[in-house]
Amino acid sequence: MIGGLFIYNHKGEVLISRVYRDDIGRNAVDAFRVNVIHARQQVRSPVTNIARTSFFHVKRSNIWLAAVTKQNVNAAMVFEFLYKMCDVMTAYFGKISEENIKNNFVLIYELLDEILDFGYPQNSETGALKTFITQQGIKGQHQTKEEQSQITSQVTGQIGWRREGIKYRRNELFLDVLESVNLLMSPQGQVLSAHVSGRVVMKSYLSGMPECKFGMNDKIVIDKQGKGGTTDEPGKSGKQSIAIDDCTFHQCVRLSKFDSERSISFIPPDGEYELMRYRTTKDIILPFRVIPLVREVGRTKLEVKVVIKSNFKPSLLAQKIEVRIPTPLNTSGVQVICMKGKAKYKASENAIVWKIKRMAGMKESQISAEIELLPTNDKKKWARPPISMKFQVPFAPSGLKVRYLKVFESKLNYSDHDVIKWVRYIGRSGIYETRC
Amino acid sequence: MEWASQLCENRGLGSKMTDSKYFTTTKKGEIFELKAELNSDKKEKKKEAVKKVIASMTVGKDVSALFPDVVNCMQTDNLELKKLVYLYLMNYAKSQPDMAIMAVNTFVKDCEDLNPLIRALAVRTMGCIRVDKITEYLCEPLRKCLKDEDPYVRKTAAVCVAKLHDINAQLVEDQGFLDTLKDLISDSNPMVVANAVAALSEIAESHPNSNLLDLNPQTINKLLTALNECTEWGQIFILDCLASYLPRDDRESQSICERVTPRLSHANSAVVLSAVKVLMKFMEMLPKDLDYYGTLLKKLAPPLVTLLSAEPELQYVALRNINLIVQKRPEILKHEMKVFFVKYNDPIYVKLEKLDIMIRLASQANIAQVLAELKEYATEVDVDFVRKAVRAIGRCAIKVEQSAERCVSTLLDLIQTKVNYVVQEAIVVIKDIFRKYPNKYESVIATLCENLDSLDEPEARAAMIWIVGEYAERIDNADELLESFLEGFHDESTQVQLQLLTAIVKLFLKKPTETQELVQQVLSLATQDSDNPDLRDRGYIYWRLLSTDPVAAKEVVLAEKPLISEETDLIEPTLLEELICHIGTLASVYHKPPSAFVEGSRGVQHKRLPPRTGSGESTETPDVGQSGPSEAPPAVIPSQGDLLGDLLNLDLAPPTATVPSVQPSMQMGAMDLLGGGLDSLLGGDIGGSPSMGAGLGAAPAAMPASLGSAPAVGGGLGDLFDLGGGVGMPTGSYVAPKTVWLLAMKAKGLEISGTFARRGGIIQMDLSLTNKAMSVMTDFAIQFNRNSFGLAPAGPLQVLTPLSPNQTIDVSLPLSTSGPVMKMEPLNNLQVAVKNNIDVFYFSCQYPLSLLFVEDGKMDRQVFLATWKDIPNDNEAQFQIKDIHLNSDVASNKLQGSNIFTIAKRTVEGQDMLYQSVKLTNGIWVLAEMRIQTGNPNYTLSIKCRAPEVCPFVYQCYELVLKN
Repeated sequence: MIGGLFIYNHKGEVLISRVYRDDIGRNAVDAFRVNVIHARQQVRSPVTNIARTSFFHVKRSNIWLAAVTKQNVNAAMVFEFLYKMCDVMTAYFGKISEENIKNNFVLIYELLDEILDFGYPQNSETGALKTFITQQGIKGQHQTKEEQSQITSQVTGQIGWRREGIKYRRNELFLDVLESVNLLMSPQGQVLSAHVSGRVVMKSYLSGMPECKFGMNDKIVIDKQGKGGTTDEPGKSGKQSIAIDDCTFHQCVRLSKFDSERSISFIPPDGEYELMRYRTTKDIILPFRVIPLVREVGRTKLEVKVVIKSNFKPSLLAQKIEVRIPTPLNTSGVQVICMKGKAKYKASENAIVWKIKRMAGMKESQISAEIELLPTNDKKKWARPPISMKFQVPFAPSGLKVRYLKVFESKLNYSDHDVIKWVRYIGRSGIYETRC
Repeated sequence: MEWASQLCENRGLGSKMTDSKYFTTTKKGEIFELKAELNSDKKEKKKEAVKKVIASMTVGKDVSALFPDVVNCMQTDNLELKKLVYLYLMNYAKSQPDMAIMAVNTFVKDCEDLNPLIRALAVRTMGCIRVDKITEYLCEPLRKCLKDEDPYVRKTAAVCVAKLHDINAQLVEDQGFLDTLKDLISDSNPMVVANAVAALSEIAESHPNSNLLDLNPQTINKLLTALNECTEWGQIFILDCLASYLPRDDRESQSICERVTPRLSHANSAVVLSAVKVLMKFMEMLPKDLDYYGTLLKKLAPPLVTLLSAEPELQYVALRNINLIVQKRPEILKHEMKVFFVKYNDPIYVKLEKLDIMIRLASQANIAQVLAELKEYATEVDVDFVRKAVRAIGRCAIKVEQSAERCVSTLLDLIQTKVNYVVQEAIVVIKDIFRKYPNKYESVIATLCENLDSLDEPEARAAMIWIVGEYAERIDNADELLESFLEGFHDESTQVQLQLLTAIVKLFLKKPTETQELVQQVLSLATQDSDNPDLRDRGYIYWRLLSTDPVAAKEVVLAEKPLISEETDLIEPTLLEELICHIGTLASVYHKPPSAFVEGSRGVQHKRLPPRTGSGESTETPDVGQSGPSEAPPAVIPSQGDLLGDLLNLDLAPPTATVPSVQPSMQMGAMDLLGGGLDSLLGGDIGGSPSMGAGLGAAPAAMPASLGSAPAVGGGLGDLFDLGGGVGMPTGSYVAPKTVWLLAMKAKGLEISGTFARRGGIIQMDLSLTNKAMSVMTDFAIQFNRNSFGLAPAGPLQVLTPLSPNQTIDVSLPLSTSGPVMKMEPLNNLQVAVKNNIDVFYFSCQYPLSLLFVEDGKMDRQVFLATWKDIPNDNEAQFQIKDIHLNSDVASNKLQGSNIFTIAKRTVEGQDMLYQSVKLTNGIWVLAEMRIQTGNPNYTLSIKCRAPEVCPFVYQCYELVLKN
């Protein structure tokens, strides 16, 4: 198991050092600094073995978190734990920075004592932790016996992520379907690879211990219902459904139920959390198509023409569009003409950056540029990096639709209809590239 | 997510903001100041002072001098302060054990507190204080806490048992905590169950045979129930524990798999990987024709792909594991090639791993896509990545025959870029392509020759020289090219020198008339001017071959080369099986068994996949791929070449200088060569060449007696001739009965059992080879991996007649101790490779250390006394030998039979003290004192040695000898 956990600043000074196992000595702190943080060559693996001691590290801005062990630990678990540790710290005091860590070092030690025992991760849900580790110091003395046992049963219990007795005057929930669409296209317009990785993020303000059920247009579910002939919403059964390659869920979702019935039911944590992640590769709506044309005129000139076409309903608007056209290293000057938006040659980035604020569906726009090159004797040809694109669209490129989110709370007197629900879809570009 | 970042709620801004000031106090006299503050009456001031102490401790300052003052602050109602004091205690208690006692009362009191959080805090902290006296006081509170009404206290107590066990294992057993811990597996609270499982698993690891976990269908059922309810971390503990269970039959195996598969959708990657581990392991037991087997295979792919969208560090762990999974079961991911395509922004460690997997998944169906990608990668900036991409193109050519042509032309394009490292890498892989497809692509040789000058890396130079030698007849100026290399012969690396030697000999055999001078030049450079024994040996062999029988030379040097394997870098099957059992862990990241990087007893147990229970399949080796003959288990290329390879010079792999004992293959007749007239050729050279020494040791019977006076030839030979001079030769050394080392089902029908013996000063490995296959086995050869004491075969494995089905042959293999040395874990572990006409097989065995006790191990009394005093007491180890009913004289005689010599005997108050000495082949002395009390069957043995790690193994020998 984890033998110790250290936090360093960018200079390699220790900010936090907590040792859990006897086989980890103080010299481990220095070994990591010398061999990883101060290493002459950048370290090429997140796991480093120094003198039979293994170090796992992650970096957040310029802060290093390192977990140390001498045993054959579960490596995936150690990294998951380090990420979790970052989440918990962020939830307590915001950004992970040297300043914040120094200001909160007592709190961090307290947290480390609680969420890692003898190197074994314990309950690390912020919701639960905040009930008894607060920045005002532990309220131990002031709690009643009931409160105490409520805390312990929550920390160890089946629903470790939510405490009892939450009350809201207005029961409200927000659902965000956030997708990033990834594409690699050949110069001829052939899709080399494309996938959508999506997340359903929920923010819930619900009283009590509500039981929720989430439904979407998952092909497997729709097909099943189609056969059974008992559709919840008749007339809509013909609606398009999507094939999900794989999905993973927050620990609140009952996985065995999903496995057997493919229904998503859970008691949500309070506040914001990520309900699920999913991936699709079939029938993706590609919001933009990039058509590049690069012509080499002699040895000192390039002519570039790029057309972008938007491919969605004309009533919708895409935002924050940015096209990045790489230029050779020996570029001496660039002339750009574009019909819409603004374009600039950025020498430091070796690229022409073309920005458009808004663009409606089924439109087309074009940029053309003349690139002057310095003559070189470099034999190596220019590698022609791909043209990349950024954008944001108000729909889910995978085609995913939320069909329902039902809330049941039997003990309190509010019903599904009383809950105010908000759903929104945001599609963003992931790595969206067209080779040229 | 516009409302994402408004998380920091009601932070206690006021006083908290200034905590960082504690890090900046570096004044002189700080300790005194702190002392005063700690003893202050004001609570706030005290707390501030303790914070300063902790901050100093964090940055590595020694604040142990404040121990009593800090401990005084422990009696407080303020929990925050208490926690800080506890933190201090955990750090310094060990250095101040006497003072730490002061804290005990508070701990014991806290364990009775009304607040469960405080009870748990006390028991959690107490377990971290590694002071014996405190540990004693811990037992009672711990017992209570294990049965506490509050689950939070119980879950903390469960982990505490593991802590205590780490400090004092005996105490935990004596106090019966293990049973209580086992009971907790049936606890109603899932987190208590998970922690109990974690603690038990850890304790069980240090007691390999204890059956502590005692997993049976009932407990498994409990675990599976808890699995659905506990935290993500608890699920990991439980899954990792499940993976060590061996289901009774395929039905149980299937039902467990069914209940584990839902975990594949968990958001925590570690849960997913641990579930994958359980499934991969239990799948072994399912019959392949079962529908469920296919369903399971299909279910495994999507979660593995999803792991690749995790954070980069986790992607890395996942990719290292996928690399194993793809080798074990290629069918799972064979359609998922695209997801392993490298992204421009991937960190380099992710890129390199993806590339590896792409090659493993390359097949005829997807090769066009793969090649297009690889070509893109070869133009990137990172040198390592580009090299690997170029190498990958070569591997594709070898793996997918249809693509070879396209690969070669891609490589030629890359050579045209003239980027130095790209060219070199391309030439190395083109050499392999030539070997795989002889007489097909030689037209490109001219292009290659143009780049001769730019090659500055040994591997590329060696590859180019090999090409020139191999195709000497097609290259007009081959002699000129090779001659140009010869000028700086002594500055080249061994690899290049060996290659050059062979290439010129090849050239000479092909064009004898023009190159006589050249060949003489290289032979004399290799044999006379070189210090490298391998180079010299090879030089002599060629020289002799050429001078006695040029026809034979041609047959040997220009012989047809065996085909190279399609897959390289495959992990050896038994290791792969073990690593599959460790999916998700560090072992799977390092691709090494835990014993290679974990110290002590943990992890030394080798895990194995369960045997398949289906009918009729039991004799098959675990399948690598189930579809099509092309996926038959590919042979793994061992890292050290055998002699056959050496002579043909196929050993382009890393330098061979460290492989002194080459294994002759019977067919080659190379052994004859060495035996006949070798002495005339080598003259007085024997002394300097350890590898020759080992070779000669092979046939001691045929060796002229006069050779014995030759200068010491290294341990093996020295031992041989030592026999005459000395100590009476007791013959009664104990030989253990043979045990099976290599199972027939793991080795395509070859079963090997064996034991070790020391007879008359010669170490022997007694082997029984049994052929359990249907066909005849021939061409046996044996080779050892480096080991702790340099054991190496002193001759070839003499299996003269072919081994027909169902026949058993007993062979005795003499061993020398002059082989290369590398420390093994455990110390007496020996890894062996045995080759026959079918394949190469690997196994490992352990030898009794008494094998290495030499005959002249009797130490002078005075020397003994002085040495005993001289060795520090830390190096002394004590052991109990139980149940021996021998008197001291009989025991001493028995031990002498195994070269454990009694130097002196003393009798004090009815207690016999025997002083004994042992010398190992590598010159290490071991001193021992054995106490025998009349009427007491238990002996006490104290062993002192400058290398204390041998002590337990010496003790083992004592026990073996005395009990048999």
